[in-house]
Amino acid sequence: MMEIMEGSHAVAEAVKRCRPGVVSAYPITPQTHIVERLADFVADGEMESDYLTVDSEFSALSACVGASAAGSRVYSSTSSQGLILMAEVCFNASGMRLPIVMSIANRALGAPLSIWNDQQDSIAMRDSGWFQLYAEDVQELVDYHFLSYRVAEDHNILLPGFVCFDGFILSHTYEPVDIPDQETVDAYLPAFDPYQKLDANDPISMGMYATPDYYMEFRYELDRAMERAAGAIEDAGRAFGEHFGREYGSLAEAYRMDDADTALVAMGSICGTVKDAVDEMRDAGRKVGLLKLRSFRPFPKAEVARALDGVAAVAVLDKNISPGMAMKGAVGLEVRDALWKTGIDVYSYVIGLGGRDVRRKDIAAVADLAESGRGDMFYGLREELI
Amino acid sequence: MGLNVGCAARPGRARDNKTGSWRVFRPTVDSETCKKCGLCVLICPEGCIREDDDGMPVVDFEYCKGCGLCAEECPAEAIAMEQEEK
Repeated sequence: MMEIMEGSHAVAEAVKRCRPGVVSAYPITPQTHIVERLADFVADGEMESDYLTVDSEFSALSACVGASAAGSRVYSSTSSQGLILMAEVCFNASGMRLPIVMSIANRALGAPLSIWNDQQDSIAMRDSGWFQLYAEDVQELVDYHFLSYRVAEDHNILLPGFVCFDGFILSHTYEPVDIPDQETVDAYLPAFDPYQKLDANDPISMGMYATPDYYMEFRYELDRAMERAAGAIEDAGRAFGEHFGREYGSLAEAYRMDDADTALVAMGSICGTVKDAVDEMRDAGRKVGLLKLRSFRPFPKAEVARALDGVAAVAVLDKNISPGMAMKGAVGLEVRDALWKTGIDVYSYVIGLGGRDVRRKDIAAVADLAESGRGDMFYGLREELI
Repeated sequence: MGLNVGCAARPGRARDNKTGSWRVFRPTVDSETCKKCGLCVLICPEGCIREDDDGMPVVDFEYCKGCGLCAEECPAEAIAMEQEEK
């Protein structure tokens, strides 16, 4: 049923329907409304979960690791500094192959302190072995939770995953959204069937140490699982269409890319603005299109190469900065890698950090820069301050 | 041998979880010098040296960690520790 709902509350409704046995989270802006609402659901008896109140994000995810290892479907959510505080546990969760799903309300990292949006937090965790999906709007955000549990818990995958969405821009925005009923979700997402679990009557230890004779092979297997996750996300996206009527059968979505000479590449809520900007530029006779990345990990290299085949220039909108990296933005680097040896010019534009607005005219200006061969730069700096 | 998913392991003693892969240096016994005193059999912390029918020490390399205590304690200096390539 379509309802007008705040993004965070829509996430809470989705998580309730995923029936996690354990929710463990620590409140942080702009994620707070999600876990606040989940705490209400549990307190009101609407949700049969153990809600663990913990002292920090490190403890929150540590408790998730324990609960997942014990055989529960578990959920957490965080933002910014909270995610970075979880960093050690993130690597352990993926190494132990625990299918935890966590919502990341993307927020800038301090210092200086900023509560506003960019994607630095989750992109900084790109090597942690969690798959990462990025939602454009509240509907995708809701749907990716069902999809993520299905992918994560697949015994052929067994990886934890982030559902990333832009803090405030989606978390605090009211949008029309279809919250599926419980029966439909149950049919798509069966009860958690752990591959292995802690059991006092049949004890195991997880994440044991590996000597140099074994360690590399464990990392290799983690990488292979992430490569398999690409196909699993596509399959889960197609099945999603059959169950819910909304299809997500690809890791990247092309918008007006037919005959495009210039392509914009972006992730998350900015894609809505880019689509409007593309429409304006198309109306003005410019052959511009958008490639929206749903998944950053696994990175859909083949799909990107296919979708961008034949364009002259590519402008990647990076809501992150890797200080000291020549190209500047982490997403840009991956797109350039996907197009290596094709002769297509790929440029990164660091944009919208710390909540700075990105307008349609900014998108058009970035397209201009790419067409004139200028890129790998910050866009939209206030020159009077530097 | 395949890897266990998530590096999971069942509890067990060193007998179950072979320790030979830890080894960097491999003990080799010079049969000419060895006096067959049996001290290396007693000193081995893994209990993985036995005597054959002639009393010569035989090392079980599935468990020998290469700690070198046998070579250190051998009164006849008959045991040499040689680096292994893997």
